[in-house]
Amino acid sequence: MIRTGKLPQETVVVMDSHTMGQHIHRMAREIVEDNPDIGSLVILGILRRGRPLADRFARLIGEMTGQTPRVGSLATTLYRDDYRTGLGTAKQRGDTHFDFSIDGVTVLLVDDVLAAGRTIRAAMDEVMDYGRPRRIQLACLVDRGGRELPIQPEYFGWCVATRANEWVSVRLSEMDGEDVVLLERYNAEEGA
Amino acid sequence: MPEARQTVWTRKDLIGIEDLSREEIELILDTAPQFVAVSKRESGIKKVPLLQGRLVVNWFHEPSTRTRTSFELAAKRLSADTLGITVAASSSVKGETLHDTLANIEAMHSDVIVIRHGCAGAAHILAARHDSHIINAGDGRHEHPTQALLDAFTMREHVRQRRGDPEAGLDGINVAIIGDIEHSRVARSNIWALNKLGARVTLCGPATLIPAHVEKMGASVTSDLRAAIRDADVIYALRIQLERQQKGLFPSIREYIRLFRIDNDSLRAAPDHALVMHPGPINRDIELATEVADGPRSVILEQVSNGVAIRMAVMHLLVNFGGKKPTGTL
Repeated sequence: MIRTGKLPQETVVVMDSHTMGQHIHRMAREIVEDNPDIGSLVILGILRRGRPLADRFARLIGEMTGQTPRVGSLATTLYRDDYRTGLGTAKQRGDTHFDFSIDGVTVLLVDDVLAAGRTIRAAMDEVMDYGRPRRIQLACLVDRGGRELPIQPEYFGWCVATRANEWVSVRLSEMDGEDVVLLERYNAEEGA
Repeated sequence: MPEARQTVWTRKDLIGIEDLSREEIELILDTAPQFVAVSKRESGIKKVPLLQGRLVVNWFHEPSTRTRTSFELAAKRLSADTLGITVAASSSVKGETLHDTLANIEAMHSDVIVIRHGCAGAAHILAARHDSHIINAGDGRHEHPTQALLDAFTMREHVRQRRGDPEAGLDGINVAIIGDIEHSRVARSNIWALNKLGARVTLCGPATLIPAHVEKMGASVTSDLRAAIRDADVIYALRIQLERQQKGLFPSIREYIRLFRIDNDSLRAAPDHALVMHPGPINRDIELATEVADGPRSVILEQVSNGVAIRMAVMHLLVNFGGKKPTGTL
């Protein structure tokens, strides 16, 4: 769905600040259980809202294990597949930046919302151009369904099958001043 | 939701800076940094798949090392296929017209044509009639738009560093362009670009090499080098086009050197932070002393590095966002 800039007909809070904190904490614990060697785990946040989430995971993992994984940013814009179909925009979301090698380590990709999976495909291609990680994992705060590629997250907070006229909006205190996930419903004719 | 910028790129071709709005110029400059990073990747692959499977044809009717290499590298770092047409060995020497040659290249499904030609307007007439994305890599004395864009980008990076402001633009900076303005498409494109970006341009050179009415483009003119560079944030030396000096437009190279050469002596008149730039190729010790060209103020090789990123940005915007059909009537 492409939002038109109009206000939604209905907005439902599906995750408040407390619940979001619990989800992120639980996901961090799962990441730690799954990765006994935190020294060989690096976290790449997909811009824009994946980056603050990546920083939160790193901090929590540091508190749990005494070892804080390194964190970087992935833009993915140079690897998108929708330029040729005219869907891409020239909007800059910031640049890819990490100053560590990803050869032989586990790369944890972090994004706020997982839907079609095309951003994750682009992110994996970008990561592969920088080296050969031992494996790539995926953590998403919200999985809203609608996959167009065979991609599944290892770690997710909340899973919902959205309809065509529904939009999941993640707001994070670092960027938006509050921690909340909203499900926005638009008039059917505005959707798609 | 705060989004950086809403400008949308719609152009099929890049013909000149004169046509562009300030917003379009800034969109190109803002698209370039991610491509600087691609070229600088220390590990892994120094290319991105944005033009994968596209054909970029370099069609140069005048000699060029820097620009041609730069476009070729830019295309390759975007994963495009590239083809160079050497004019001396092509059918244009048999009398084929530009339109016919391009129609034949297009019959082999080209996507981008980078053209340099001795006649002003060559890129324009092709763009108006053909489907390929046309990029002007220099047309006669008219324009050399990607040079002006990479120059503005280089200046902006340094202004941002010096002021510690990552959003700073060129508003209010002083740029002195020194030398042969008359024959220079680089000067013309730079005057357009710098004016649109809010910089003040001063031109300086022998009176015979300053075109009439150039003040109307928005530049001031002086023949006193030290006055021109007194407040300059950037000193931009142009190449004395020795191949065009047979007409006796100034008395002698020795006199030019005495009055207009940028060397450590003349630089004493400029502020300490003033950058020295040159579009290349340099005539060492004619317009620019070796001590300056290789000295700490010179950013000439940065211009070259940035040129690849700017050309990647231009090709990405034209191919992935630009219009598909010619709009002109020529």
